[in-house]
Amino acid sequence: MEKFILKYFTLIRTLIAILVGMIISVVLIYLISEMPAYSIKQFFLGPLLSKGRFANVIENASPMIFCGVAIAIAFQAKQFNVGAEGALFLSAAVGTAFAVSTNMPTVLHIIMVLVVAGATGAIWGFIPGILKAKWGASELVASLMMNYIAYFGGLYLINSHFRDKDAGFLVSLRLPETAWLPQFVPGTRLHLGILLAVIFAFLGYYFLYRTTLGYEIRTTGNNQKFAKFGGMNIIKVVVLAQVLSGMIAGIGGMTEVMGIHRRFNWQMTPGYGWDGVIVAIIGRNHPLLIIFAALFLSYLRVGGQILNLMADVPSELVLVIQSIIIILITAEAFLSTWKNKITIKEAEKVEVANESIAQ
Amino acid sequence: MENILQVKNITMVYPTGVIANKDVSMDVKPNSIHAIVGENGAGKSTLMNVIFGKIHPQEGEVLYKGEKVSFKNPNYAIKAGIGMVHQHLMLAPDLTVAENMILGIEPRKGKIFLDTVNALEITREVSKKYGLDVPVDKKIKDLPIGVRQRVEILKALFRNAELLILDEPTAVLTPQETEILFETLIKLKESGKTILFISHKLSEVKRLADTVTVMRDTKVITTKDASELTEEGIAHLMVGRDINSGRIAEPEKPGKVRLSVDNLSYIDGENIQILKDINFDVRAGEILGIAGVEGNGQSELISILTGLMTPSSGIVSVDGNNIVGLSPRQIRELKVSHIPEDRMENGVADSASLEENFIVDRYYKPEFSKRGKINWKYIKEYSNSLIDKFDILTQSSKTAAGSLSGGNIQKVVVARELSSNPELIIAAQPTRGVDIGSEELIHDLLKDARDEGKAIFLISADLDEILKLSTRIIVIYDGHITKQFTDCSNIRGMDLGPYMLGVKKEEGASGKIHS
Repeated sequence: MEKFILKYFTLIRTLIAILVGMIISVVLIYLISEMPAYSIKQFFLGPLLSKGRFANVIENASPMIFCGVAIAIAFQAKQFNVGAEGALFLSAAVGTAFAVSTNMPTVLHIIMVLVVAGATGAIWGFIPGILKAKWGASELVASLMMNYIAYFGGLYLINSHFRDKDAGFLVSLRLPETAWLPQFVPGTRLHLGILLAVIFAFLGYYFLYRTTLGYEIRTTGNNQKFAKFGGMNIIKVVVLAQVLSGMIAGIGGMTEVMGIHRRFNWQMTPGYGWDGVIVAIIGRNHPLLIIFAALFLSYLRVGGQILNLMADVPSELVLVIQSIIIILITAEAFLSTWKNKITIKEAEKVEVANESIAQ
Repeated sequence: MENILQVKNITMVYPTGVIANKDVSMDVKPNSIHAIVGENGAGKSTLMNVIFGKIHPQEGEVLYKGEKVSFKNPNYAIKAGIGMVHQHLMLAPDLTVAENMILGIEPRKGKIFLDTVNALEITREVSKKYGLDVPVDKKIKDLPIGVRQRVEILKALFRNAELLILDEPTAVLTPQETEILFETLIKLKESGKTILFISHKLSEVKRLADTVTVMRDTKVITTKDASELTEEGIAHLMVGRDINSGRIAEPEKPGKVRLSVDNLSYIDGENIQILKDINFDVRAGEILGIAGVEGNGQSELISILTGLMTPSSGIVSVDGNNIVGLSPRQIRELKVSHIPEDRMENGVADSASLEENFIVDRYYKPEFSKRGKINWKYIKEYSNSLIDKFDILTQSSKTAAGSLSGGNIQKVVVARELSSNPELIIAAQPTRGVDIGSEELIHDLLKDARDEGKAIFLISADLDEILKLSTRIIVIYDGHITKQFTDCSNIRGMDLGPYMLGVKKEEGASGKIHS
């Protein structure tokens, strides 16, 4: 039992953190709501009880998975590139511009639009990457600032050059049907992009843990001096991680446009890049765990919306719960005394065993 | 008062699960010099940190002057009259001796301003009172390590320390500086202080201590009067068996020159000349040892030889290829391997598995990966064979390197660097902080490598190690070579000391082969 706990300690701790967050949210709902039992039921079960809402959970998770994997690759190299939001936004804008101005047969069109969006994101990741690798400029600051450039640059591109003047609000022209990602479950908006997200998570996992480049990224992240000592080209690794990160976020942004509204309709940044940071942290930078982390976060979000709609609790409550869970997960010391006690017990057992062998 | 300090049944387990002290008890008599000896990892430093209030044990108690104490942190220990001089000195390098002395208890003018004149005066007084000479107005960074240590001792005395703990005080000193330290300690004992010092150098213990506590494997083996013990007896108690500390057998005639360094100089970013016109050769089948007090340019020299740094001028050639400007990988491709001086900094990625640590310099080679895909199955077998061959204690090849003990982490590094089939081995501090058993193993491995015809360049702060292994010795002081010893069979630490301190210097000394 103790051994099991030690082995899966971080997983167990994550689950306990989630549980504590949920308990706190129940308490909060009791304090706020006039009809607590109904609210709690809506919050926890609402997302699961209808096909449409369940589809919402999955559909929302898709960009979170893309951004989570993107952020995880950068984080694994210890590059705190938080530019996923900007890469996603700008790539979607550039990809939209490309899609509405070209004419191709459908599969080719989809691929080309994703390539353009991915390339945009890659360039967007390259800039802070090379600034960091060559001149030591903080990638955190650079990518954060570049998010603003991406936001206003993307808005300018869409609103000034590709705006649909017939629509009653600020949106881009509709994408030609050849560039639509098919929706495959009638009555929902579930689209091919979700499968792509899962595929990218698997590719990300394979890349990080099975290839030499992934090994270089993880080793550099673990101990950069050691990687250099062993003969790795640190500049290459740092830049590569950020380029890949930007690329994946860019593709994720574009699939949202191609799969759901079929036009660029963001006037505010959608926040998926930040959700990506959250799910990367909850998923411990592991692409496969990120799938679950994204589904979980998405489930909380949808639950919050339902709560807002059906009960008398504001959806901001979800932000509170989410924050509590993340703080607990990232707090290294949370439950560490418990872990220490088990570790010590185990160590003493080993000690006793060794002594009996020695005698 | 019978004992100034009593330690009773201390058990200390670190959060990582490492048991560092197990049921440790010890009495220290006032007005004596009490040595604690044991291998690295025996639990000496842990015990000292418990006494000093830095860490808190799970079980047991500490009695100071007959009263039970449990210091929340070292500040309480200092107030109670316990001082500690750490191995890595805790002084502010940019402040003067006097400023360091009064740090935290500054004399003030008008409650706000620092009273510099008074600070100098106070320091001179304390210095005179204990007969410890220090240059009161010099900056710490301009002083040799032996003097810095004296400042730290004085600092503790100034805070009214009656019990002084010294953690391996001689590890960083030359033999001459060690002599001076010993005189100081004897003086302090005569003035009524109690000294508790950690060491693993037996000759020192025998000479200095009144009482000796031997620790092994987290436990106290015995506490005895020094007069009842011989050096061999202490060694036996420490390790639990007899060990061979003599010089290794001389090599057969060395072969051709593998590493050749010519007119190497290095000037750092602050325009300080760290290395000055260094020349030496290392031949196949020999170990060239470089002796010197740490911080005299050895680290920079290693970094240059392994491609982590570029020299300002000079040539470094491996088998005739100039390696200046080559990357670490290009140098490794010339069959050079490198045991780094700081294993946690350069030697391993501590949260990565042993497998990942073993392949850092070779993962791209065909056995380990094909077309960018890593062959973990093969790497697992490969790692297990290294774990067996180098006797590494670990749960599995997937265990994180950081969760191993220091000695085993060092064996991981040595295993990797010796298994890359090198012709030239740059071995920096190859046994720093490892237990005696691992040290013997690593020494044997280096000797075997030498006998197989590898060229070995050994950098070590441990003089005994240099004297045990080296075929030839060069001494470095302040960035230049002050002496070469070509016949090492009969030299002692005392012979090297003056050159290590720069007191003596042979004009035009180099490590070149004179044939």
